[in-house]
Amino acid sequence: MSERGGHVELRGLAVRYPSASAAAVDGVDLTIKDGTFAVLLGPSGCGKSTLLRTINRLVEPTAGTVLLDGVDVRERDATELRRGIGYVIQAVGLFPHYTVAQNVGVVPALLGWDKARIARRVDELLALVSLEPARYRERKPRQLSGGEAQRVGVARALAAEPRLLLMDEPFAAVDAIVRASLQDQIARVHRELGTTIVFVTHDVDEALRLADRIVVMNAGRVVQHDAPATLLEHPADPFVRDLVGVDAETRRLALERPLVSRA
Amino acid sequence: MKYLFTHLGRVGGLLEEHVVLVVVSLAIALIIALPLGVIAARRPKVGGAILGITGALYTIPSLALLALLVAANGLGPSTAIVALVVYAQLALVRGVVAGLRGVDPALVDAARGLGLTPWQTLARVELPAALPVVLGGVRVATVTLVALATVAAWIDAGGLGVLLFQGIATYDTQKIVAGSVAAAALAIVADLGLRACERAARA
Repeated sequence: MSERGGHVELRGLAVRYPSASAAAVDGVDLTIKDGTFAVLLGPSGCGKSTLLRTINRLVEPTAGTVLLDGVDVRERDATELRRGIGYVIQAVGLFPHYTVAQNVGVVPALLGWDKARIARRVDELLALVSLEPARYRERKPRQLSGGEAQRVGVARALAAEPRLLLMDEPFAAVDAIVRASLQDQIARVHRELGTTIVFVTHDVDEALRLADRIVVMNAGRVVQHDAPATLLEHPADPFVRDLVGVDAETRRLALERPLVSRA
Repeated sequence: MKYLFTHLGRVGGLLEEHVVLVVVSLAIALIIALPLGVIAARRPKVGGAILGITGALYTIPSLALLALLVAANGLGPSTAIVALVVYAQLALVRGVVAGLRGVDPALVDAARGLGLTPWQTLARVELPAALPVVLGGVRVATVTLVALATVAAWIDAGGLGVLLFQGIATYDTQKIVAGSVAAAALAIVADLGLRACERAARA
């Protein structure tokens, strides 16, 4: 563990919803080293979002522990814990009556930063996600396109310099071209800030494109946890082989070729 | 319509009493309905009971409720205000419940995930997002109260109803028309004004 933090460790994690017969998360042990871009990949209902939401205590596990930088998250006040962890969701959830600047400044304001510092930080973050501060600062969310809104969502999540960023299918609702540009963006943000990112998706190509480590989940369990190349070359079981599919060879080649957008 | 123009001052005075009755009742009613609505939206079982009770109260005929309240509280505006507060609850509580239930769940998820406390989520995210629908409830309640407040004159609470009751007692159609027109105009103005507020809140 480095000083930067954002080291996540799950031990024997299980989540069972009262209404469901099967466990949503069924005995997961997983370590995500600080600074990693980890992608949780799997079909819908495999437990990946539930697992993600145990990390910031939006879901409380039935069994097991979540350690963030060695500390059990249940020992921390949930509200205070969440203010130190970025959170981005598919539906974005920008507050409609706030301006872009107010949305981005929500967590710093909760943490009691002074106005000048918040304003500086907001401009810095808008620039980081490629939105010209002077043009976007005073806009309302309804004046933004889907892609712009999610950029603001990412800026809002990064506002208080979290050591960990949780992203739940953040780019699933935008079209392919916008998605590619948002993927480039988050890859660049990860390189520049070194924040640990746990990213949920059901899109294999997205996972391969972004991840340092891919965690494949099925029916509440982790079936493989490897680097993208290893996943393609040595799928752990038929499920993973089917998931990466017949295009595995093409995908492997794509991974080796330095993409323009990756450079 | 002649009475209306020859007695503008008198009609104006009664109109003012009428507005005060409605505004004071509405303000008190909102203070009660907001927490009731929040509780009802959060807990479906309690919510069913709350909406059931406010609905049942609403069905009590206004003259019957006023008569009962006079027995307990005497004649005058304060008794009328109690009745109006009761009648306003149904529309107001329903507005708050519908408004809160209609809030995009993603907003609440984002707010919690970012580290807003439940109170902060309610005050800064849910209630502002619910505001247009809540205002719709306020509008319905206001129009209802403008109409009901005419009956308050029956228990010496003043307002435009005074013209109606005097007109009926003395077979003075002019007074009845003047009172009716003024009350209807007030209801229409309140309705239009609050619709404008709703639109502004939506924007």
